[in-house]
Amino acid sequence: MRVVVVGAGPAGVRAAEKLVAAGLSPIWVDEAPDGGGRIYQRPPPGLERDARTLYGFEAKRAEALHATLDALKPRSEWRPETFVWHIRPGARELHVLHRGRQERISYDAAILCTGAMDRVIPVRGWTLPGVTTLGAAQIALKAQGCGIGRRVVFLGTGPLLWLVAYQYAKAGADVAAVLDTTSFATKVAAVPGLLRGGATFAKGLYFIAWLRRRGIRIAEGITPLEIQGDANGITAVTWRDAAGRDCREVCDAVGIGWGLRPEAQLADLAGVPFRHDRLQQNWVPVRDGAGRTPVAGIYLAGDGAGIGGAEVAELAGTRAALALLEDAGHRVDAAEAARLEGRLAGQARFRAALERAFPFPAALARALADDVILCRCEGLRVGELRAAARADAATGPAPEMNRAKAFTRVGMGRCQGRVCGAAAAEVLAAELGCDVAEIGRLRGQPPVKPIPIPAAVNAP
Amino acid sequence: MTTECDVLIQGGGGAGCSAALHLAQRRARVVLLERGLVGGQASGVNYGGVRQQGRHPAELPIARRSREIWGRLKGLVGTDAEFTVTGHLKLARDEREEADLVAYLDIAKEHGLPLRMVGRNAIHREYPWLGPKVLAGSFAPEDGAANPRLLAPALANAARAAGAVIREHAEVVAHHHDGARFTLRTKSGEAFSAPLLLNMSGYWGGAVAAAFGEPVPVAPLAPNMMVTEPVRYFIEPNIGVVGGNVYLRQIPRGNIILGGGHAECDPSLPWTRPLPEVTMEAMQLAVELVPALAGTQVIRSWSGIDGQMPDRIPVIGPSGTTPGLFHAFGFSGHGFQLGPAIGAIMAELVLDGRTDVPLEPFRIGRFTSGSG
Ligand SMILES: Cc1cc2nc3c(=O)[nH]c(=O)nc-3n(C[C@H](O)[C@H](O)[C@H](O)COP(=O)(O)OP(=O)(O)OC[C@H]3O[C@@H](n4cnc5c(N)ncnc54)[C@H](O)[C@@H]3O)c2cc1C
Repeated sequence: MRVVVVGAGPAGVRAAEKLVAAGLSPIWVDEAPDGGGRIYQRPPPGLERDARTLYGFEAKRAEALHATLDALKPRSEWRPETFVWHIRPGARELHVLHRGRQERISYDAAILCTGAMDRVIPVRGWTLPGVTTLGAAQIALKAQGCGIGRRVVFLGTGPLLWLVAYQYAKAGADVAAVLDTTSFATKVAAVPGLLRGGATFAKGLYFIAWLRRRGIRIAEGITPLEIQGDANGITAVTWRDAAGRDCREVCDAVGIGWGLRPEAQLADLAGVPFRHDRLQQNWVPVRDGAGRTPVAGIYLAGDGAGIGGAEVAELAGTRAALALLEDAGHRVDAAEAARLEGRLAGQARFRAALERAFPFPAALARALADDVILCRCEGLRVGELRAAARADAATGPAPEMNRAKAFTRVGMGRCQGRVCGAAAAEVLAAELGCDVAEIGRLRGQPPVKPIPIPAAVNAP
Repeated sequence: MTTECDVLIQGGGGAGCSAALHLAQRRARVVLLERGLVGGQASGVNYGGVRQQGRHPAELPIARRSREIWGRLKGLVGTDAEFTVTGHLKLARDEREEADLVAYLDIAKEHGLPLRMVGRNAIHREYPWLGPKVLAGSFAPEDGAANPRLLAPALANAARAAGAVIREHAEVVAHHHDGARFTLRTKSGEAFSAPLLLNMSGYWGGAVAAAFGEPVPVAPLAPNMMVTEPVRYFIEPNIGVVGGNVYLRQIPRGNIILGGGHAECDPSLPWTRPLPEVTMEAMQLAVELVPALAGTQVIRSWSGIDGQMPDRIPVIGPSGTTPGLFHAFGFSGHGFQLGPAIGAIMAELVLDGRTDVPLEPFRIGRFTSGSG
């Protein structure tokens, strides 16, 4: 039986571990050279630092995961630097690119552990050089040992906002301000649920308290106004505070992000149906508590199956591998499966509280001014999408997301809507006067991410 | 309750929407029934080639007429659908293909289609970015390309403004003819009735013909398409090759749209998906034509379903079994350019009983043995 695990982050590592323990030798692919996923990404050779510096509170987890990963490499068909750009669920094959070479991998079953990426809401000036996502800011620090600027503002909401700010300040960067679009009151209201998170919750509080103690400027419940600057870089961020006052902070870099969204293109291409998760405000692939999807042979785990964080990803990876083994006729420990599902259910309750503590500020996207760039790949402004929803266009109105894309090119560029999609959906839904779930989601097509045209085989 | 009208159209592709517009302009009460959204199938996802050069001679009179409409599209529907006259350059990669180009010059001349041979020396002088594989070309200055996502919706919108009823999400599931009137029933249970019915349902037009006792050998055709990230604008003409195994064009904002080979599809859903090997093969053929494409990132691939007839030309004209039924489907992968004229021609057929364009080669009976 040929089993493929896609991804070597927390979910992928634990899935592979379980499969190997059952005597299988899975084919294990990851786009990155060294595995670990985004959260436990390792620095390239020559830039190594100790785990404590790199991963802070998560150092133990990171080290454990890396140890498992490294031990599994010789016991699986480990294929790093391998990017899966297409899947054919009927033929059960993956199409991959490895150092510019095209390959096909057949499978009987596959566990897709494809992770997540930042969810972004455009802000006036967000396409200026010097603006990155929170995730990218963190990876710059973790992998390359450098910051995104000398004087940095972090803007958005979610646990990552505070974590990255903390990591930057800790590393000696000048953190000019942390601007959270969620109010303090909203977070407090979620505290009872958050208490379930135990250590995770405590860590969150610790970051916030630590940043405050350092005297770092912190503002909650803000409305972003503008990232100021020009083609040479950015100079300041402005916002309206909770009391309605206009504020400004000088900086040369900004990290933005409003939670995460699943990188679920492969699940999409595999034919897994999606549902709109109201709490997460994300489209997520349909799966059961064990990671089984309605598509034969396709299992999902980790953030790619719906945002849950690293701890959940590890549990889900193990659980999905057990499901796969069970479906393939292996004997599995039913008690272990039940235990995992119990822990996953507990985590889900904490996660729900977290989503309530840091809700996706849809209203922010809906209220964007007409002249703000919405889809940066296509240079499309908010007003142009709004216009497409109105009946006065020559093409008539666009009643749903894909039609709006067809008319305006929103989400049609390099990122295929992975960056602008969430905000675009809110803008369109607001203009059509309907719920965001009703306007559908952008259709996926291969490649999962851009692939280059190779040079001519018999080039002179 | 049954909605009554003068003409029913099944299918809201470019052809059907154009028919609705032309009929409504002449005050016919017309209802168009579309399964999904107008232009949601072949007409909205095609390569966007607005090309006359290389067409079957029988199609050229329609293509000429359509080209005239493309030229005044903006006045007709309020948008030019990004129609750009870039010229179409058809390339030969060996002597046999070159002979093909030369032979077509006479056909073009006969139909008044401007076409210029670009010889072996001139081709690399005029288009220095072409690769060494290219031997010669023929250039059709009137041809170009447009944005397929805009055409059918704009035609439908103009038809609506002219009084047509365009019903989307209205899949026809049953057809009935009582000798005088057609009654169509939709999936949601609505009924529509008219003495005239236009079958303009693309690939699915075959099922309608079969329902009226005249099945045709129509097959699904799903061209494999892709588009690159935007790069410096340097490929002005729409590019094709003899044999058609690859074609590409660049839009001024920089993206290069290219196609070649066929995708997998299931017309019953309908569903399509590009095939990875075919995508790679088309990239290879494209980079042989234009070596500078190497390294450019492909950001998306897709396909769509057209109806392909064995002789690669559509079925157009009156039914052989049922008075009042007219067909126009099976455009075999090149009906985007034809769409606007097809609508005009169908309007003439049903309202005047005649049209100037010779339709004999397209009659539905041509596949039945013994009917000549
Ligand atoms: C990928 C691709 C690339 C192409 N490239 C080019 C090109 O460059 N140049 C060119 O000239 N041509 C091109 N073509 C061909 C061109 O797109 C088609 O020939 C043309 O669009 C066909 O138009 P149509 O109106 O007949 O069909 P369609 O656009 O398919 O419209 C038929 C409509 O009928 C509807 N329908 C079907 N059954 C029912 C039902 N039971 N009830 C209600 N509605 C129904 C469908 O939903 C559909 O919208 C290409 C085609 C494809 C797929």
